[in-house]
Parts: sequence; structure tokens; C-alpha cells
Amino acid sequence: MKAPAFDYVRARCLDEALALRVAGDDEAKYLAGGQSLGPLLNLRLARPSRLIDVRRLPELAGWSDEGAMLRIGAGLTHAAIEDGVLPGALGRFLASVARGIAYRAVRNRGTLGGSLAHADPAADWVSTMALLDARLEVRSQSGSRVIAAADLVDGPLSTRLAPEELIVAVRVPKGSPAARWSYRKFNRKPGEFAKAIAAFCVDPERQVCRAVIGATDGAPVVIFEAAELLTSDAACDAAVAAAGFRPGAFQHQVHAVMLRRARLALAEGIA
Amino acid sequence: MKSITLELNGERISTTALPRTHLADLLREELRLTGTHLGCEHGVCGACTLEIDGAPARSCITLAVACDGSTVRTVEGFDADPVMQALRAAFTEHHALQCGYCTPGMLITARDIAMRLPWADEARIREELAGNLCRCTGYVGIVRAIASVIAARNSANGGR
Repeated sequence: MKAPAFDYVRARCLDEALALRVAGDDEAKYLAGGQSLGPLLNLRLARPSRLIDVRRLPELAGWSDEGAMLRIGAGLTHAAIEDGVLPGALGRFLASVARGIAYRAVRNRGTLGGSLAHADPAADWVSTMALLDARLEVRSQSGSRVIAAADLVDGPLSTRLAPEELIVAVRVPKGSPAARWSYRKFNRKPGEFAKAIAAFCVDPERQVCRAVIGATDGAPVVIFEAAELLTSDAACDAAVAAAGFRPGAFQHQVHAVMLRRARLALAEGIA
Repeated sequence: MKSITLELNGERISTTALPRTHLADLLREELRLTGTHLGCEHGVCGACTLEIDGAPARSCITLAVACDGSTVRTVEGFDADPVMQALRAAFTEHHALQCGYCTPGMLITARDIAMRLPWADEARIREELAGNLCRCTGYVGIVRAIASVIAARNSANGGR
């Protein structure tokens, strides 16, 4: 199918983008890489009045090292992250997650911020950033605020962002040198939407031992005290049941198996 | 209508399109470059894959207006490219196409694999090809063709 009619404007700077959004109507949307919005437009599931293109905004580009945190511009593509532009052990973990996102042709244009704002429950960054306790820097013309990544999603394709708000950057804790991560997802074919996601973040020096169960019916389920899950398959199965999946059902099984595999990957030191 | 300027297959062109027009429709319907094929039109099948600013992209989910100022290379724009010449020969030799509908997208992806991942083994080639569907089930030939080009390039580069 073909997209419905809409207007398009390319913003030259962040302030212009925010001003365009507030001056426009409620049916306007920001457009970044368009790799999620593009399909929704063609399927006519999205019918914006106007798209405000933020893909080339300099304020959304690049990344910076802020000591304890990595500040990643919302406009960074999955491919750039896959290719290792982000430094250190966290950068390598994020690169391994990025490699599993859709297909290279999609990763070349799709962006970190766009994926988070789109809020597909099966999206890799939605679960990963919730796991890592990332903070989203959000701007609108009336000001700025910070949202915890774990609080972003409130349902499938739905976030707590106000319509005029734009994610400009994601701050991710780098962790101590002892920090370790693992990430597993189930899909029948590489690149298709995940049926189940599970991941761990363990950093003893910061008293962090978290897990996430993703590709749910809505927001990812973060388990903030996951130490028990690291030692027991039964605890993994119980956590998946507590996340709302009925034991015995396919959904429970695939999530539980991913959680077990993520636990083994962490123990073996493979992200 | 919005005005769009592209560096298209080495030539600077200016045209216009509605904001809703995706890049593949602009290329096929307005510019008569029908080498780029449309399959699913929601980014899954890979038939419409071409290069934007030097990297493979889906032209069915990329708005033409969003490409204003970009460099676009379609399957028609690789005649002088030695890697693409080698891939075309290898696709013929290994019977890597039957109906040919997926082939333009396959070739763009294959060239990206050969140039970006010169160490790719069969498993990695298959992983990278997951975003390009062939419904004649010709993957065996396609994988062999790509692997043969990678091997030939590596031996030409003194072995890897």
C-alpha cells in the first residue's frame, strides 16, 4: 500500500523542530530514520498531518563520554552502534545488541531515539535501555526533562512522552570495570520481530543485579533484584510467570528459555 | 509538491514529489529506473534495497523528500563497479537467480557483505541475507555466489 497524504518539513536545528511541533497540530509527528514509521505510513496505521524531519539535526548526532555515563545522541543509527563507535565494554555490549536489530539496510537509517519513541514492545533498545537504567533527555519548547527508560513505555506503541516532546539523547551508566551484561532474544529468522527478549546487567561494585523480560504485550518487565535468577532455572520460570505469562503457554516457554539462556551467557562471559 | 535534488547514479538531478511518495516510487514511476523492485512495501522483503549515501537502505520505507541532498545509487548505477561485475558473473555461474525479482536487492546487499565483511563465512552471509527474501528458494546459489566473490577478493588481496 501507499502512504496517506501528509505535509513534510525538514528542521534545520533543534529549536526549529520544537517550534514547528508546537506551532503545528496534534497530528504532526517527528520523523527520524523512518524505519518504523515508514511501514506504519505505508500500511496506513499512522496518519500524521505533517512530519517534522529531525534525522539530520546536529543536536541529535554523535555521543560523548561523561565519566560515569555515556551520553548517546538520539539520532545515532543502529549501524553506527553495531560498527563500534561507542567505547569500552558497554559499547561492545550495545554493538552486539545492535547487530540483531532488523537488517543492515534498516540499521543504516534507523535511530536509537526513533526506536525508543516508537515503543514497539519487541524493539531491542526498549528492553536494553530499561535494563541499563538509562535516562532519556527529552525536550520540548516549554522545557526539558529526564525520563527513566524503564518508565518510558506505557503500552504497545505508546509512551509517556507528550506529543510535542522529542528524545534528544540517552544517558547510559557505563558501570564499573566489573560490570557484565548478557542479552538473548528469540526469533525464528534473524532480524524479524522478537517473540521473546531476556537480558541481565550485573555490576557488584554498584550493587546492581538486574534482569529484563522484553517483547511482552507492553512495557518491558524490569526485575531490579535478580540475584536469585542467576542461580536457578525455577526462579527464572517463576519470574516469567510473575511478568504475566501463564506457565505452560508458548509465550511463557519462549521467555523462560531466553531468560535461562541469558543467564548462561552471563555465566560464560558471552554477551 | 516538494523539490528534490539527488546525486543519482553519478548524475545530479532535480525533480519534485509529494511528501507521501517513497523513494522507490519516485525512481520507478517518475525517473523510469525500474531496476529497483517493490515487493512488500513495508521494509521486510528487501527487493527495493539500494544505496543511499553509500549504505544499503530500503527505498520503500524511505520518503523521497527525506533524501533531498543525498547520493542515491540504484542497481543501474554499478556497471563500472568491479565488485558488482564480479557478483553478476558469480550470480550467473552459481545459478543465484531464477525469476530475478529479488536480484537487484540481493546484489546491493551482496556487495555490502563483500565489502564490509571480507571475513564472512557461510553462516554470517546467511545472517546478513536474512533481510532479502527469495521466493524461488535460491539461497544456496546466492550464498555460494557471494562466498566465491569474497574468496576471490581475499586471494587477490594476498590472502586473508
